[in-house]
Amino acid sequence: MSAPHAPQGEAPGDTFPEDATPRETTEGTVYTVTGGDWDEVVQSAAKADDERIVVNMGPQHPSTHGVLRLILEIDGETVTEARCGIGYLHTGIEKNLEFRNWTQGTTFVTRMDYLTSFFNETAYCLGVEKLLGIEDTVPDRATLIRVLLMELNRLSSHLVCIATGGMELGATTIMIYGFRDRELILDAYELITGLRMNHAFIRPGGLAQDLPPGATDQLRELLKTLRRNLPEYDKLATGNPIFKARMQDVGHLDLTGCMALGATGPVLRSAGLPHDLRRSDPYCGYETFDFDVPTADTCDAYGRFLIRLEEMRQSLRIVEQCLDRLEPGPVMVADKKIAWPAQLALGPDGLGNSLDHIKNIMGTSMEALIHHFKLVTEGFRVPAGQAYAAVESPKGELGAHVVSDGGTRPYRVHFRDPSFTNLQSMAAMCEGGQVADVIVAVASIDPVMGGVDR
Amino acid sequence: MSDEQRPGDGVPVPRDDTGEPIRVQKGMFGAKNGADTSGYGGLVRTVTLPGATPRPYGGPGGSFDEIADELEGALEEQGLPPGSAIEKTVVDRGELTFHVAREHLLQVARTLRDDPALRFELCTGVSGVHYPGDEGRELHAVYHLRSLTHGRLIRVEVSAPDADRHVPSLVPVYPTNDWHERETYDFFGLIFDGHPALTRILMPDDWQGFPQRKDYPLGGIAVEYKGAQIPAPDQRRSYS
Repeated sequence: MSAPHAPQGEAPGDTFPEDATPRETTEGTVYTVTGGDWDEVVQSAAKADDERIVVNMGPQHPSTHGVLRLILEIDGETVTEARCGIGYLHTGIEKNLEFRNWTQGTTFVTRMDYLTSFFNETAYCLGVEKLLGIEDTVPDRATLIRVLLMELNRLSSHLVCIATGGMELGATTIMIYGFRDRELILDAYELITGLRMNHAFIRPGGLAQDLPPGATDQLRELLKTLRRNLPEYDKLATGNPIFKARMQDVGHLDLTGCMALGATGPVLRSAGLPHDLRRSDPYCGYETFDFDVPTADTCDAYGRFLIRLEEMRQSLRIVEQCLDRLEPGPVMVADKKIAWPAQLALGPDGLGNSLDHIKNIMGTSMEALIHHFKLVTEGFRVPAGQAYAAVESPKGELGAHVVSDGGTRPYRVHFRDPSFTNLQSMAAMCEGGQVADVIVAVASIDPVMGGVDR
Repeated sequence: MSDEQRPGDGVPVPRDDTGEPIRVQKGMFGAKNGADTSGYGGLVRTVTLPGATPRPYGGPGGSFDEIADELEGALEEQGLPPGSAIEKTVVDRGELTFHVAREHLLQVARTLRDDPALRFELCTGVSGVHYPGDEGRELHAVYHLRSLTHGRLIRVEVSAPDADRHVPSLVPVYPTNDWHERETYDFFGLIFDGHPALTRILMPDDWQGFPQRKDYPLGGIAVEYKGAQIPAPDQRRSYS
């Protein structure tokens, strides 16, 4: 953390600086501080005739939620102005998508907001399916498994939010609990997709693969465990006076502010508006599920925390309904010109192509071989046009604007990531508050920089 | 194969001439250096996006007609002929798009937000698209507006020529567009007039060029894999 007297402090030199030693630069006096030298900075700043201190927090700081840079202008302990510096995790995913075929796109989008992989994949696939005009032919089983994975993902994302938010307050027990339960969910992902993160499991037209045998039983076990564990967060935090003192009335953003700044998700619902795309603009058959949309009327970080806790319980309900409804069937559209031809099977070397499939294309069906070859090397064509598909990710409205020029590659894909939009409201939440409350406010937005910067 | 293709057969449905041509594709299989022996080298295909849709627009419960009527009526009340503000209305894949002339964008957006029958309170940001082949309308800014009151979603699209890359900023109407417009400027060079601080947001401040434009290369290096050279992604064969 460095505290320059001007917005742009110079980076520390080659040698590690002495604690809070002032350096004269062309932009004013710059103090580079780490850990516990805060008192020294305040003392040196008090000595200086200039009242205005600009604190540059991040981009490498344990409590800024990833590579987020916060530029705070402070007066004593009060934040008078707050700005975000973003872009440190920009990887050009949207540009890269334009150079891969439509199916390969899921491999990229799953890495955007890496905590909500299944939502990214679903938003992208719903957009592509809309362009193809095959929304209605996606098999029910595929849609149900998508919903199931998304709701598990909502749980794991909220758990990380609560865990890291607690850690940033110094409540490390919540952190341990949150990551313990998330780990259980990641085990379920691993069972289903083979990977803990970055799955690329949901594909245009359906899924990469069906559930493995025994998955439903394990998922029911998982639900049982989570049902037992979730009340622990209530016991630990909800009524905890220290926790409440840190969270209540912090990060205030009312409904007017939310609407103006485009904030969605728990931030909007903490202002009392029960807006949830699963209800207001249902996709993937959410209108047939039984669940509640929790709200709070406190407009603060504590309200958002309670909403996340309740949403996790509601997600468990949806997962349970998914498991009850699952019936055997295909998980990919029947159209052989779109459906990815090979199903994976367990080979002697771990994962591999299904031997039955290889026997079919190499020995029996010339047409199947042609389809396989064309789809894998060239990909399918998508009729020219544009579509917008939005899903309710744990952070808010995640929208995918997908444009095709009739080719085998996306012409343009743009993601409206909720973290990006919600992070804009950081200034409105923090200005006029205490420095320590900035951490709470940012944690209550739950930005993930992979999604913000893409 | 017959010309009558079901949508979803993986082959573009032939469209009539009313579409908006964005590109002319020549040849196939990405052979561009004269070594095309496929017989498809002479293929010329105009790529068009869906064009203006005649009434009725339909939509769920006829809501698209309702929205268009309300918008046109409200604009007329303000003394702005709808024909000059709304260049065309497109209904495609169950989505309603208004192509708006950029000089009237601010007024149209304000009407969409404030008119009680429209009430599109939430803007989900800007997405830029670069169509180098669409002469005079190379750069598009696409806005998706959501009405929580009525549960509707529409798309508003404006275009600007590459030679004059200016579009009015919607920040006065939708403050949420602040970062979104900076992002579109950052990647496409579209200048949003009236934006409070239009600077780069994701790329470094001193970056040259606008990376999401089609004339900006992806970059990358060839990689050796099992003895073969795999070219960089933007050098690989393209079937588009």
